Amino acid sequence: MAVTATTPDDLGYTPSTKGVWSWITTVDHKRIGILYAASALIFFFVGGLEALFIRMQLAQPNGTILSADAYNQLFTMHGLTMVFAVVMPIAAAFQNYFVPLQIGARDVAFPRLNAFAYWLFLLSIILMSSSFFLGGAPDGAWVGYAPLSTQLPELMRMDFYAVGAQLLGLASIASSANFIATIFTMRAPGMTLMRMPVFTWMTVVTSFLLILSLPVFGIALWQMFFDRNFDTLFYQAALDQGGAPLLYQHLFWIFGHPEVYVLILPAMGIVSEILPVFSRKPLFGYAFVVFSGIAIGFLGFGVWAHHMFTAGLGPVAEAGFGLATMLIAIPTGVKIFNWIGTIWGGKISFQTPMLFSLAFIAMFVIGGLSGVTHAIVPADTQQHDSYYVVAHFHYVLFGGSVFGFVAGAYYWFPKWTGKLLSETLGKWHFWLMLLGFNLTFAPMHILGLDGMPRRTYRYADGLGWNLWNLAATIGAFIIGISFLFFVWNLIKSYRGGRPAGDDPWDGRTLEWATSSPPKVHNFDQVPLVRHLDDFWHQKYGVDEEGRAVRLPEVTGASPDVLEEPGDDGGSPGGGVVDGVPSDDGGGTHGIHTPSPSFYPIVAAMGIVTMGFGLVYSSSGWLGWGAFGVGAVIALFAFFGWAAEPVTREAH
Amino acid sequence: MALEQQAVLTDEGGHDLDRTRKTAMWVFLGSESFFFAAMISTFLLYRNTTNDGPGAEIFNIPFTSATTFVLLMSSLTMVLADNAVERKDNRQARVWLIGTALLGVTFLAGQIFEFTEFVDHGLTVSVSPFGSSFYMLTGFHGLHVAGGVLLLSGLVAFSFRRPLHREGGLNTGIIALYWHFVDIVWIVIFTVVYLLQVS
Repeated sequence: MAVTATTPDDLGYTPSTKGVWSWITTVDHKRIGILYAASALIFFFVGGLEALFIRMQLAQPNGTILSADAYNQLFTMHGLTMVFAVVMPIAAAFQNYFVPLQIGARDVAFPRLNAFAYWLFLLSIILMSSSFFLGGAPDGAWVGYAPLSTQLPELMRMDFYAVGAQLLGLASIASSANFIATIFTMRAPGMTLMRMPVFTWMTVVTSFLLILSLPVFGIALWQMFFDRNFDTLFYQAALDQGGAPLLYQHLFWIFGHPEVYVLILPAMGIVSEILPVFSRKPLFGYAFVVFSGIAIGFLGFGVWAHHMFTAGLGPVAEAGFGLATMLIAIPTGVKIFNWIGTIWGGKISFQTPMLFSLAFIAMFVIGGLSGVTHAIVPADTQQHDSYYVVAHFHYVLFGGSVFGFVAGAYYWFPKWTGKLLSETLGKWHFWLMLLGFNLTFAPMHILGLDGMPRRTYRYADGLGWNLWNLAATIGAFIIGISFLFFVWNLIKSYRGGRPAGDDPWDGRTLEWATSSPPKVHNFDQVPLVRHLDDFWHQKYGVDEEGRAVRLPEVTGASPDVLEEPGDDGGSPGGGVVDGVPSDDGGGTHGIHTPSPSFYPIVAAMGIVTMGFGLVYSSSGWLGWGAFGVGAVIALFAFFGWAAEPVTREAH
Repeated sequence: MALEQQAVLTDEGGHDLDRTRKTAMWVFLGSESFFFAAMISTFLLYRNTTNDGPGAEIFNIPFTSATTFVLLMSSLTMVLADNAVERKDNRQARVWLIGTALLGVTFLAGQIFEFTEFVDHGLTVSVSPFGSSFYMLTGFHGLHVAGGVLLLSGLVAFSFRRPLHREGGLNTGIIALYWHFVDIVWIVIFTVVYLLQVS
């Protein structure tokens, strides 16, 4: 190779990191992670606002704030926003930023594909949300059940849903294939699969779930879209038409159930990272945690019909799916006991990331237990489409996923920015959120068992639902206030927080071995991995009584220390590759950071333009014209992309 | 210890890029399998729901067998193209790539002809769920063939700029995987949709 740079600062070509254009063209996995996080946070406030409107409407009987039509749009978009524009992208944010760091890679396998997936996600969710200003948002619930969703083809609302969700799925498939290729082929030397951090493992599982479930959803969406626009008969059940709407439910939930594990497994991974660090113990039963995550992934594909117990599938199918659903409680329970085993007897430090992780366990157990009750078919028949279900999935998705992701934000913010988040504000955030969350969703169990149906925009007085609805509304506003503390904390700490150093929590995994924030190329030298929790083993040895002792020579391991090859052979401090073929003299000879590219965003724009065209395809030349223009743009971008060299040469 | 566990590091940033690309393509094809599986399931659900309109009896098995043979032969030419690239024989590679693309186009032409015949027999997307699912399944497969033809054309265009090689992002190894997959899907479709329905 022609490049002979010898120090990291002397890299032949370092992409600029200033200005909007550098963000638009970035292919750095860390900056793309930040883009995902920022988008998710913004949409969290959009989705939260939608939820507050819903709660204001339901605060009192016979609410008058929203019309039935507006209510339908708001609860549909609340679900879609929270699932597709908040929880999935915030998981993608952590995965993008930390998976390459945790496996000791310089970037993901396909940096431009990664950027493309982000832009396609962002523009698709903008497409879907733009429907608010273009004749009304989707109003058929996030499930979009046919034949309700195939009614009124003259309104574009469910076309926005069908096309928007389709494109979001495409973005997720692109990013998942990227992660699988990265994790399976780009791990640092010695990083065997069973030495990977649990968060990286959960990324593998969720990527496979997305890869295999999203195409099925895609088919359901295409069929619904064709029914609406091209007079096909997939879900048209009138006597002379012969379609079977039940097919939509099957296809949707073959996607929809793995999807709920897509939403929770990354949070489980984050918590499995945080609990050992703040308990000063290794994760209890690492292999069990990993394999139960994989088991959840497998079983997740075999339980979809427990969402359809009132559809009349017959006793054999219902018994089978009920039993399969109960089976899932086993690997989930294994994980919970492993987490408890991890903190058991540990030296626990109750800092904010730990508080959120502990709350995650408690809230997820409640949500998990109410979930097991759905496996019992007769009970589920009573609970179906009631607020009990709403309570259940908010306990796993908010009490589980959101608590886990917020824990991750407090845990990893120092690595992102080099600054610590304020503990005081963090504790305000935590206690308000825990209080608000339980005040909002615990009463919904009672409301549901009392018979209050979900997805109805008002209820009559005198049904005994007034008190708990008012409580839920107050709780929702407390949640909203708690997140104002979070944002204040983010801004304040980013501007003037305490410097974090490279390893503020005494971490165990490789991301803490590099600087905060990490350099463009992540590691000056590719780390050599000898253990599970390798970074911890670089810092600690074991004395003759079996106690962990900090090794003095690598205290506060910094990249400078990592740059020095282990001088005395088998020293545990020598966590570097000494003997990389291209490495002469401890330098960074031949590190190529991929060059910025504008083709990914152009390709995403082309595809989303095609999407707009499809939404308006029933209005004739306008729609098909937009579709054609989008296709030309996308083709241009993809061929430009293919012809563009990955790395511009250094001179 | 453990030094012997080091992977072979290439100067491409420490990993074997071809292996990475192939992994991603296999994963993508796994996704595609579920895409087609969902459509094939839909077709099987609706295979008898013809609403007294035309059904499988209008299929022309000899004709579709011929186009199937054409598509299968395109897999052979694809292998020859990939092999020529490996031998660094750019001219041969280009010939076989163009051949593969032309066979793909021939298959598509056959499909379009077949569709017009079926429409003449009264089978449209809106006459019955059978029609809807038949056209959706075979149509999406046709789109995949068309996408493959585009990729092959791109390769042919690049081959005039500089000799094809296996290191590029768009290379014959990756596209061959995709092309063979689309062929295999057609074998399933031809069996399930045509042969089993008529017999």
